[in-house]
Amino acid sequence: MRRVFVETIMEIAERDQRVLLLTGDLGFMALEPFADRFPSRFVNVGVAEQNMVGVATGLAEAGFIPFVYSIAPFAALRPFEFIRNGPVLHHLPVRVVGIGTGFDYGHAGATHHAIEDIGVLRTQAGLSIIVPADSHQARTSILATWDLPGPVYYSLGKSDLAPVPGLEGRFQLGRAQTVRKGGDTTIIAMGAIALEAVAAAEILALAGTSCSVVVVSSVVPPPIEDLEEILSMSALAVTVEAHVPAGGLGSLVCEVVARCAFRCKVVTCAVRRGRDGQSGPNEWHLRRNELDRDSLVRTIQEQWR
Amino acid sequence: MGSLDARAVRRLVLEQSWQARVGHIGSCLSIVEILVALYENVLSLSNVSRGERDRFILSKGHAALALYATLHLKGLLTRGDIDSFLAPGSNLGVHPERCVPGIDFSTGSLGHGLSMGAGAALAARLQSSTRRVFVLISDGECNEGSVWEAAMFAAHRKLGNLVAIVDANGQQAFGRTRDVLDTEPLAERWTAFGWHAVEVDGHNVRALTDALRRPADSEKPTVAIARTVFGKGVSFMEGQIPWHYLPMDADQYQRALQEVAQS
Repeated sequence: MRRVFVETIMEIAERDQRVLLLTGDLGFMALEPFADRFPSRFVNVGVAEQNMVGVATGLAEAGFIPFVYSIAPFAALRPFEFIRNGPVLHHLPVRVVGIGTGFDYGHAGATHHAIEDIGVLRTQAGLSIIVPADSHQARTSILATWDLPGPVYYSLGKSDLAPVPGLEGRFQLGRAQTVRKGGDTTIIAMGAIALEAVAAAEILALAGTSCSVVVVSSVVPPPIEDLEEILSMSALAVTVEAHVPAGGLGSLVCEVVARCAFRCKVVTCAVRRGRDGQSGPNEWHLRRNELDRDSLVRTIQEQWR
Repeated sequence: MGSLDARAVRRLVLEQSWQARVGHIGSCLSIVEILVALYENVLSLSNVSRGERDRFILSKGHAALALYATLHLKGLLTRGDIDSFLAPGSNLGVHPERCVPGIDFSTGSLGHGLSMGAGAALAARLQSSTRRVFVLISDGECNEGSVWEAAMFAAHRKLGNLVAIVDANGQQAFGRTRDVLDTEPLAERWTAFGWHAVEVDGHNVRALTDALRRPADSEKPTVAIARTVFGKGVSFMEGQIPWHYLPMDADQYQRALQEVAQS
């Protein structure tokens, strides 16, 4: 989604002088078009993420809309307290852009995996969190939220994968998108892993189990009304996310089910394998955590056995 | 307006600390002349729109009471405002919040202010504004790595409109700065980071004004190493570590008031 991100903010920057792009020295071979087109509005702050967020806070106070860019853990976690005491506490329109959801940087190792950024940032009242499921939705979600008055965290996949079937770039703040309608099993997915969720539903359909698939990309504000409606009619909800169980999509869905006392079982498919130093590509990490399409099929079939 | 004098600021700091039974008195007393120089002689604040006025960030936020006192004497906070210090529901807490008139940035976590100030200075540059940005930090605060991230950035970006003032009172929570984690030689360190560094008597309003009034260098950020005395103006607090946190008792309060009145 890097390419789409750069194209989209260039389009916005073209018509709004307030838009700036800051990077913590990452985005080589991706951010250059913006830097070339708007040299004075592109700032490579060096490898200093705390300072990047602090500088963005000062810029936003003066009326700018700074996007700060890095690989997700460095964008969200290293400067966490600067996000908390800066754009969140001051209600300023800083956009923190974390590249690489889940295991997108699989081979790079545990330091580069973004598997707890959403849970950590969901604790920050007033910070919108957007996790697009594909590149098309990355574009529509940025276009729909770039000028929100408060701060935003965008968790963007590294690569441009195939579009999520049935999503067609739909996005609305505080709403979920149903991409497939089915029986009383509902798969709810966050991020690019939605592609695996839809693939699992297709395999299950061939085997005679019909599932709905819902994409949650507006994580904050959460799509409470949509989730209430969907979960009130589901016997089984299976959440799918390349994120640890704490604070992610599974947590959010459980909060809704518990609060409404729905008779719906929730199975949370999430990152559960501890870090043991083993390296591999994204697909390998997903399989290991039983988050690939075949594992999801098995998990759901076991529930109905 | 124009009635700002160091004695009046100190008296308010003592009165409010006494009323609220709180500490941080020593840290407030060491920055009084710095605030007087800034608010009386340096900052361009009045008769300009919010966007165009100079920015001041109290990065050592635990000295907010001295700033409230200054803002009150400059007419930006009412007597009622200042008397609400630490009352339940008051906007005037131990650390400054942006909702207080005259305060643009909330602080309290050390090492945060200079980064925001660098952003504010960069913003002024991008907007072709002549406004300047002043950030007051402490020597103990220079323990924070983020201070040096911001220092590197400001020098690299040639932010001559940014001024840092280091309240070099030589003390931090557990002891003398040189014993806890030495930040000296401050001027040499800031110079090595590409700043124009000046050493100044932090209790001499004229010297501070001279150091801060005009940018020494349009291409370099300026740091004024303000040599101050922790607890300045109250003999039994001067240089005494416990006054980082301790509140006063009745006798101490009376003695402190008397000393400040006679200074």
